[in-house]
Amino acid sequence: MDTSHPNISIDFHGPIAIARLEDEKILDETQLQSLEGSFLPLIDQNPGLQLVIDFTKVKFLTSSVLGLLIRISKKVYEKEGALRLCAINPKIQEVFKITRLDKIFEIFPSWEDAVVGLKKS
Amino acid sequence: MTKQDNILHKSWQLPSTAKAIQKACRDLLGYAETHGFGEDAIFGIHLALEEALVNAFKHGNKSNPEKIVFVECLITPEKFDVSITDQGDGFVPNDLPDPRCNGNLYKCSGRGVLLINAYMDVVEYNELGNSIHMIKYRQSQAPAVEDCDC
Repeated sequence: MDTSHPNISIDFHGPIAIARLEDEKILDETQLQSLEGSFLPLIDQNPGLQLVIDFTKVKFLTSSVLGLLIRISKKVYEKEGALRLCAINPKIQEVFKITRLDKIFEIFPSWEDAVVGLKKS
Repeated sequence: MTKQDNILHKSWQLPSTAKAIQKACRDLLGYAETHGFGEDAIFGIHLALEEALVNAFKHGNKSNPEKIVFVECLITPEKFDVSITDQGDGFVPNDLPDPRCNGNLYKCSGRGVLLINAYMDVVEYNELGNSIHMIKYRQSQAPAVEDCDC
């Protein structure tokens, strides 16, 4: 099943959802609210969701996006799911490293790597 | 381009609205690009500008559109130099908790100043704490921050 939201596209593979961020730059409050409005209901409606967020298209983000990822992470684990991030470009990886968020998020080179080990049913 | 042509000095007085702030940020980045700053430097300048401008209009001016954000920029062959001042009460940068320390890692905010410090070569505040002065040198090194104590 493929579901489109304004700035993410989601592929479901059983309990695994691969959410691809579609915006090259994630900057403003409207984008953040739109992302939050897409992710939080998705997690609420699918307890145990194995969520992979794919950053392939993202070239720039601010600290507000990091805050949103933490909110998403808390919600996923509250619903007994799992969260993995993938395909983060080197400049944004550096942002995760500086803030030490690379220690709390599981980050993989690609979505194919990220789904390995997730529950398929 | 002569050396004189390669110097830009410009200032803005912006209402505290997201639209005005975003336009100023785009203009500033455009000037950095036309003055030959590289991709890595532009990424760092962009991140620092976004964080500092949002701090000014949202936290400093409480998103009150009647309050002004003052921006002054000087670009020379050596550096990108910008000051951002709001009309708020200011803050004490050294009092901010380090977002990398264990208890704060899961907090949803408080990373902007850390990122500004990492990506800009000079970061200074006025005494009141409502004005930030940042410099990115053209020959800047990779982003770096001091270790935290935890």
